[in-house]
Amino acid sequence: MSEMTTNPSLAVPAPGEDVPRGERRSYWGNVRERLRHDPVTLFFMAVIVAAVGTAVLAPWVAPHDPYATSMLARLRPIGTEGHILGTDELGRDMLSRLIWGARTSLLMGILPVVIAVAVGGLLGVIAGFMGGAVNMIVMRTMDVFYAFPSVLLAVAISGTLGGGMGSGLLALTLVFIPSLCRIAETAASQIRSLDFVDAARASGAPVHSIILTHVVGNVLPPVLIYASSLISVSILLAAGLSFLGLGVSPPTADWGQMLSSLRQGIYMQPLVCALPGLAILIVSLSFNLVSDGLRQAMDIKA
Amino acid sequence: MTAPSKIVADPSQAAAAPLLEVENLHVDFISRAGRTPAVRDVSFGLAPGEVLCILGESGSGKSVTLRALMRLLPQGRSEIRGQVRFQGEDVLKMPRRALNMLRGARISMIFQEPMTALDPVFTIGDQIAETVIRHTGASREKAMARALELLELVRIPSAERRLKAYPHELSGGLRQRAMIAVSLSCYPQLLLADEPTTALDATVQIQILILLKQLQQDLGMGTIFVTHDLGVAAQIADKIAVMYAGRVVEYGSAEEVLLNPSHPYARGMLASTVSGQPRDRDIAAIPGSPPDMRNLPAGCAFAPRCAFATDLCHRSEPGLTQRGAFGHVSCHHVHRLDPPAPAGASVTTL
Repeated sequence: MSEMTTNPSLAVPAPGEDVPRGERRSYWGNVRERLRHDPVTLFFMAVIVAAVGTAVLAPWVAPHDPYATSMLARLRPIGTEGHILGTDELGRDMLSRLIWGARTSLLMGILPVVIAVAVGGLLGVIAGFMGGAVNMIVMRTMDVFYAFPSVLLAVAISGTLGGGMGSGLLALTLVFIPSLCRIAETAASQIRSLDFVDAARASGAPVHSIILTHVVGNVLPPVLIYASSLISVSILLAAGLSFLGLGVSPPTADWGQMLSSLRQGIYMQPLVCALPGLAILIVSLSFNLVSDGLRQAMDIKA
Repeated sequence: MTAPSKIVADPSQAAAAPLLEVENLHVDFISRAGRTPAVRDVSFGLAPGEVLCILGESGSGKSVTLRALMRLLPQGRSEIRGQVRFQGEDVLKMPRRALNMLRGARISMIFQEPMTALDPVFTIGDQIAETVIRHTGASREKAMARALELLELVRIPSAERRLKAYPHELSGGLRQRAMIAVSLSCYPQLLLADEPTTALDATVQIQILILLKQLQQDLGMGTIFVTHDLGVAAQIADKIAVMYAGRVVEYGSAEEVLLNPSHPYARGMLASTVSGQPRDRDIAAIPGSPPDMRNLPAGCAFAPRCAFATDLCHRSEPGLTQRGAFGHVSCHHVHRLDPPAPAGASVTTL
């Protein structure tokens, strides 16, 4: 395959240094440019970054040990000296527990979605691109999962597997796979019949490289946008599982679990008890709004 | 691999080594309802640097023929029989790897719709570079430099800027030029063009046609051009094959077919051009409509619409009658028909 180099008339000149730079931006450059003019999305992105940052830096940021109990300082109100956000029913510092809880809650929010994007996206792309019997088998299997409401399914799976973080993660992942698979399948099967796939075949691209470049390239934007909206759902579902005692087991700090155990104190310190809920609200709202902003910024035809 | 570009460059060898020989090509589409023939017993040949136009109305099998040459039809839902010899190699029997090496490097294709034939999520430069890298193993930088060269070759203004443009940022004409650049990326010896000007504005059509003709001559590419536009065929063709209901009803040099058509369908088609006709009269049209391919008549497929049809035509399908140096006509009554009406002569003025 040296036709190109042997023919002198086709000699490739050195890449021009005179190409004007920055005149045109890359795709991601365009996305960034559009995001720069969207203060709402930027603000909530900052919130997410802050939440993730605090979660990662929990051991250094948290003022107290989140597991240190004190029978004397139970259910202190917000603003108590030494405990800015009060204490919980066992006298543990709320701020520290919220910070540590961010670790598990964010992990439970993001990890299942990431795994589900990989698994569901791949299955969907294969089903959509191959069509026929493969499509039939994959999509009808996914339909079985659709037969159950997602919350019930998550509860049923983690209930069957027994509590704990691992089974919670697995349950959430399984709940998200079908919808992601369906979105990927729809996008991939639309692409399959478009001329550029034929054009790629006509230019000698083998099937796997068509799938990896053209199909994945076109399927990724809708899948990513949907996935970013799933993160908030995942955080809420994880919190729900923990609340029901199916997710993270005590004493591990987790927003859903905290909400559950603080129920008893709701008449004594309603504000303190609402804090984990507030954290869930802020983070999931941020993910939703950022997802919206990304959808607008990533639509190249806009 | 041989150095095929040498063959193209030397016209004295052209006659000795045909670029492409198609013999008894059949394509059937297979569905649950059964088998539908789309292409029936098509044969033609192409020398290096020659232009063949396949003419025919929608559904006559011209695009399917073109795709069959590259085996681009959906596997499992179609069956291709016959022989397609490209530079002596049988394309239909080629293993997949060899086929992928052939596609895009020695044979490439231009599609009808520049809107959908370019991937919306990659830049023009990326899409050209993709093929260059695949077939030459060049580095990304070199491939991009080559892409720029190709965009200049197809005369895209401010090519450097367009390199980083997405397809939706270009006009239809520019997109088709970009598509041509993609297909030329490895300087193929055979270019298959599937109605490349149909989706464009009339003025842009002519520009693209001139460009293609010029590139074809400069690069010495054998070209098969599928079209339903007689004017286009008159402009660029060396040879013409007229298709009807999946068969080549008339095949010959452009001059022979356009000036002196023998098959009643070819005659009717030429008589129905706008140019050279009195303006106040309706265009002569062929009565009736093309046959349903699932339900072809027993005899000649054109017989129900043909003014010359006899019992014989309805009973048996005509074979091929030799015509000119290499061409053929598929009609029972070639010898009986009158010399053609002068209508054909007007085509050359297009």
